[in-house]
Amino acid sequence: MSETTAGLTFIAAMIAALAATYRPLGDHLYRVAAREHHRAVERGVYRLVGVDADTEQNWAGYARSVLAFSAVSIVALYGLLRLQHLLPLDKGMPGLEPGLAWNTAVSFTTNTNWQAYSGESALGQIAQTAGLAVQNFVSAAVGIAVAMVLVRGFARKATDRLGNFWVDLTRITLWVLLPICLVAAIALLAGGAVQNLTDTVQATGPAGDTQAITGGAVASQEAIKNLGTNGGGYYNANAAHPFENPTSWTNFLLVYLILAIPFSLPRAFGRMVGDKRQGLAIAAVMGVIASVSLALVVGLESLGNGTVPQAVAAAMEGREVRFGVPDSALFASATTLTSTGSVNSFHDSYTSFGGGVLILNMMLGEVAPGGVGAGLYGMLVLAVVTVFVAGLMVGRTPEYLGKKIGAREVKLASLYFLVTPALLLVGVAASIAVPSNLESMQEAGPHGLSEMLYAFASASNNNGSAFAGFGADTPWFNTALGLCMALGRFVPIVLVLALGGALARQRRVPASAGTLPTHRPLFVGMVVGVTLILVALTFLPVLALGPIAEGLQ
Amino acid sequence: MSSMATVAPKTRGGLLDPRQWLESAPAAFRKLDPRVMWRKPVMFVVEIGAVFTTVLAFAEPSVFAWLITVWLWLTVLFANAAEAIAEGRGKAQAESLRKAKTDTIAHRLIAPGSDRTPEAETVEVPAPELVRGDLVLVTAGQVIPGDGDVVAGIASVDESAITGESAPVIRESGGDRCAVMGGTGVLSDWIVVRITAEPGKSFLDRMIALVEGSERRKTPGEIALDILLSAMTVVFLLAVVTMQPVAIFSKDFMAASPDTAVLDGDGVTGIVLVSLLVCLIPTTIGALLSAIGIAGMDRLVQRGVLAMSGRAVEAAGDVDTLLLDKTGTITYGNRRASAFLPVPGVAGRRLTDAAQLSSLADETPEGRSIVVYAKEAHGLRERRTGELAHADWIEFTAATRMSGVDLGAAHTGDGAVRRIRKGAAASVAAWVAARGGDPNPRVDDLVEEVSASGGTPLVVAEHRDGEPAEVLGVVHLKDVVKEGMAERFARLRSMGIRTVMVTGDNPRTAAAIAAEAGVDDHLAEARPEDKMALIKSEQDAGRMVAMTGDGTNDAPALAAADVGVAMNTGTSAAKEAGNMVDLDSDPTKLIEIVAIGKQLLMTRGALTTFSIANDIAKYFAIIPAVFAAVYPGLDALNIMRLASPESAIVSAVVFNALVIVALVPLALKGVAYKPGSATSLLRRNLLIYGLGGLVTPFIGIKAIDLLVALIPGVAS
Repeated sequence: MSETTAGLTFIAAMIAALAATYRPLGDHLYRVAAREHHRAVERGVYRLVGVDADTEQNWAGYARSVLAFSAVSIVALYGLLRLQHLLPLDKGMPGLEPGLAWNTAVSFTTNTNWQAYSGESALGQIAQTAGLAVQNFVSAAVGIAVAMVLVRGFARKATDRLGNFWVDLTRITLWVLLPICLVAAIALLAGGAVQNLTDTVQATGPAGDTQAITGGAVASQEAIKNLGTNGGGYYNANAAHPFENPTSWTNFLLVYLILAIPFSLPRAFGRMVGDKRQGLAIAAVMGVIASVSLALVVGLESLGNGTVPQAVAAAMEGREVRFGVPDSALFASATTLTSTGSVNSFHDSYTSFGGGVLILNMMLGEVAPGGVGAGLYGMLVLAVVTVFVAGLMVGRTPEYLGKKIGAREVKLASLYFLVTPALLLVGVAASIAVPSNLESMQEAGPHGLSEMLYAFASASNNNGSAFAGFGADTPWFNTALGLCMALGRFVPIVLVLALGGALARQRRVPASAGTLPTHRPLFVGMVVGVTLILVALTFLPVLALGPIAEGLQ
Repeated sequence: MSSMATVAPKTRGGLLDPRQWLESAPAAFRKLDPRVMWRKPVMFVVEIGAVFTTVLAFAEPSVFAWLITVWLWLTVLFANAAEAIAEGRGKAQAESLRKAKTDTIAHRLIAPGSDRTPEAETVEVPAPELVRGDLVLVTAGQVIPGDGDVVAGIASVDESAITGESAPVIRESGGDRCAVMGGTGVLSDWIVVRITAEPGKSFLDRMIALVEGSERRKTPGEIALDILLSAMTVVFLLAVVTMQPVAIFSKDFMAASPDTAVLDGDGVTGIVLVSLLVCLIPTTIGALLSAIGIAGMDRLVQRGVLAMSGRAVEAAGDVDTLLLDKTGTITYGNRRASAFLPVPGVAGRRLTDAAQLSSLADETPEGRSIVVYAKEAHGLRERRTGELAHADWIEFTAATRMSGVDLGAAHTGDGAVRRIRKGAAASVAAWVAARGGDPNPRVDDLVEEVSASGGTPLVVAEHRDGEPAEVLGVVHLKDVVKEGMAERFARLRSMGIRTVMVTGDNPRTAAAIAAEAGVDDHLAEARPEDKMALIKSEQDAGRMVAMTGDGTNDAPALAAADVGVAMNTGTSAAKEAGNMVDLDSDPTKLIEIVAIGKQLLMTRGALTTFSIANDIAKYFAIIPAVFAAVYPGLDALNIMRLASPESAIVSAVVFNALVIVALVPLALKGVAYKPGSATSLLRRNLLIYGLGGLVTPFIGIKAIDLLVALIPGVAS
């Protein structure tokens, strides 16, 4: 079987697996979010934390809970990282420097998992497992919870009650993330991933010599890192490391874990608003954009006519021989189309256009299918904007799912789609204007610009991956990227919650023949069009000087 | 459409009539005032850009710099002119309305409590000094000095100054015909009017203000769209501004690349940055948004409807449920004869003859319709009461509920007096019984049959001297549904609009007419409070309701409805409560009002989509133009093969300005509107304005570039 055939089989199997998951996982997510009664375990948690689980919050109350929880998470993680040398199983690692600890704490709390450190040489067991892995779970749960609030805004009418953050957080962690991770971790173990508490593992390298490699709770962290679209690897090499991602089928499993929840959430959305076709339409928008993007990356990488591949006479630079070009391309697409940022190949080595598409994937706001929760709410905001622009053409004040899109809704949606482009563009412009920052670029000219674009696209959209050559560990970039991560996460969250509040207050207009249908292919095409024109084209000037200029040289 | 003809001078003519543009030029310049411009955020940004490039062009003059500067100013001026043209059409209407507002002298009653006759003592006061509650006497030939209600007298009033309708109307005290408007004239008789409007706040004043647009505020839909357009402007502003450091970085890297008029060591020139920004921000819709709104109101005025706010016009597009009064809207309002049903044993011809004879003296519309029907359906020549000698005509009265004729002995030939009666079944039955006739059970069957079908039965009977009276048959009076109503309702249904017929008829009659007219639902034996309850329940279900009304008891429902259209003939209470007034007092207008509302929203959406779709071509014109000097490979993006960087940028800016001019007629006229489902409308508009917006600029910019490339100093 040639590499191309294998790659296509891999992709076809992935699509089939995701299609098979759509219903059961979507329905499960729906049941978890919509269930009326509390289970005994949950009650225990609520009593422990001391929250009144039976009182629902309004959007502002919900937002306060999200922000408070995240702030506490950042502080706690910061403390843990600074003081890890005082904890057992520290493998003799010193506490992190304040700047790095802050950057890492923000990075994991915002579901970004930008890693300015090297896992195996900087962190002990407790920091990795009780610190980072815990945030991998709860930051993912926060994303899903926020998405559920927006969906409730559409589903409910004439109320300001949008759910209880603590209930959502607990349930999503307990009944969605934990069970799937448990199964996935065991599967990864079976595939050869590592899970132990020893300091080092002796392994035989390709050249036949023995190596001492750091061990730890790798398989478990690998599972949640991908399922929760977090992306922070136990090792610096991330999913290219054999202990994280030993073989071709674990590679398949990892990509599947990345995409499973984001692609199933639209089903839960459809169930909650009482019209499954609406969920399918949103999933279709995600699918169309993802397919085009994937086809471009696979095609461009297989043709491989960029500068770097030509220099080394193959497009294999920066890729694992175990995975090859198409599988790596799929992984790269999946990780940038979501907010994951885990990698099994080095994106810096991609062809100019291929790398450009990866940057564009993030610039789109990671909505196809996007991070867990974040992808759904991002896509729903785009659908709201689409309804507003094109919905007028049917001769009615625009409505989406029976909710009128008036001034307040448009204001919140507009601000949402302003945030990440603003962070990204201002970040890049400000950085590139300071001459000393240019030293962080591994290469001069367009590729150097692409590296910087990638870094800010990644941070602003909470992705976490990077063009590896980029030297981001400077005070400027630690600060700037840290700000982008925090603002790129929490400002949109507050806007989405407010949008949910504005929608829930409204009554629901019954659909009629005069209502813009939002479940047809025409609408799917319109959302894709609006996403490309309103979001992607905004970045054309900078992309032209980066990856496009590089590719057309 | 008969109305307003006198009020609205033909402002249409060619929409692209250069004279209109010329006439609007002064206003276009006046509107450059930043205090006015900031209300249109997108165009305000263009104006700031134009000021900026003007400064740059003075500092470093070049053909390129001046071309861009001039066209940027033209862009702003075109936008202002579009608005001025839209307003101009209203101004012309206001002018002719003002003529009706001559200063009149009012005859105020000195002792309001006592005498309310033409002989009452009055004092002359100028009309503007009248206050609410004053009683004034208006006699034939005088102009009514202010809005008010008739409290005494009856008069025919010429309202053509306001409604354009030349036929005079009757105004009398009491009931629903008591409202009069200032500026209209009494043709005959006299009335005493109680003034109900403060000076300067009369209906006429409000109308002038409305058509002039001086009270225009942004509607909720415009505010929402402005927010989106502003957000897009900010995004593109960011994209353009942040491009500069990146451009400097790129130019440094390719230090060997030549400096050009668009890009040098200091980065992209200010002129080009502004050009790119102006091309990308949604100027097309930003320029035409207010013109679309004004034109929408104007289209209503053309049809004789005054909307009290732009909000009401928008709401009309959103209407889900139409409450239509049966009488006058769905049916002609008068029952008409539709069949003669003889009792067995009576010849049809005899019944027809008797029915006609008995109705000749019946001046009610029902009576007239019998005569007409006898002629049209049975070929019976219409006779006039004078033709028949020795005939005593018995007119219809509410007391007898019968009409008829007694034909004298000379006429009948056999010496017997022949009496024919026609009327309500019970009355005629009593009349027959009193004259020795048998109430025929077959007549009851016929009566029942007609009633069951929603019609009204009239029984015809005859009595000859010396014989028992005899029932001849039944006339079927029917509420005739206007032609084409069923199709109109079907079209409304396909647009997702439910129609509910409201009537005071009994449920059986109401159901029959509702079925024939094809409405979706009906409300029988409706009292005002039932109407109110229906509106509330529709609104609670999230639907928007439109209705028409004229009586004072309609006022609460008119106020509660999302779109309440008051008939101009109605009471002032009704007109106060509604948010639109129909000067023609035509209840079917509601359907047109909804269509105009939809058209307004569609025009807005179509131009927004067009504007956004335009951006793709502009990117492809400008990005390679700016950066191909640095990275020659980027010339591959110049898919239009534009002649030079300068010509590309000039072409994009010129196209951007001209597209505003080209779309002004569309903004004023509204996009073509055919009732249909949302899906079909969307597909059609998306094809025209989405795809059209994508393709047109590629062609337009290329065509302009072919010309611009001929200008020395631009083609390099």
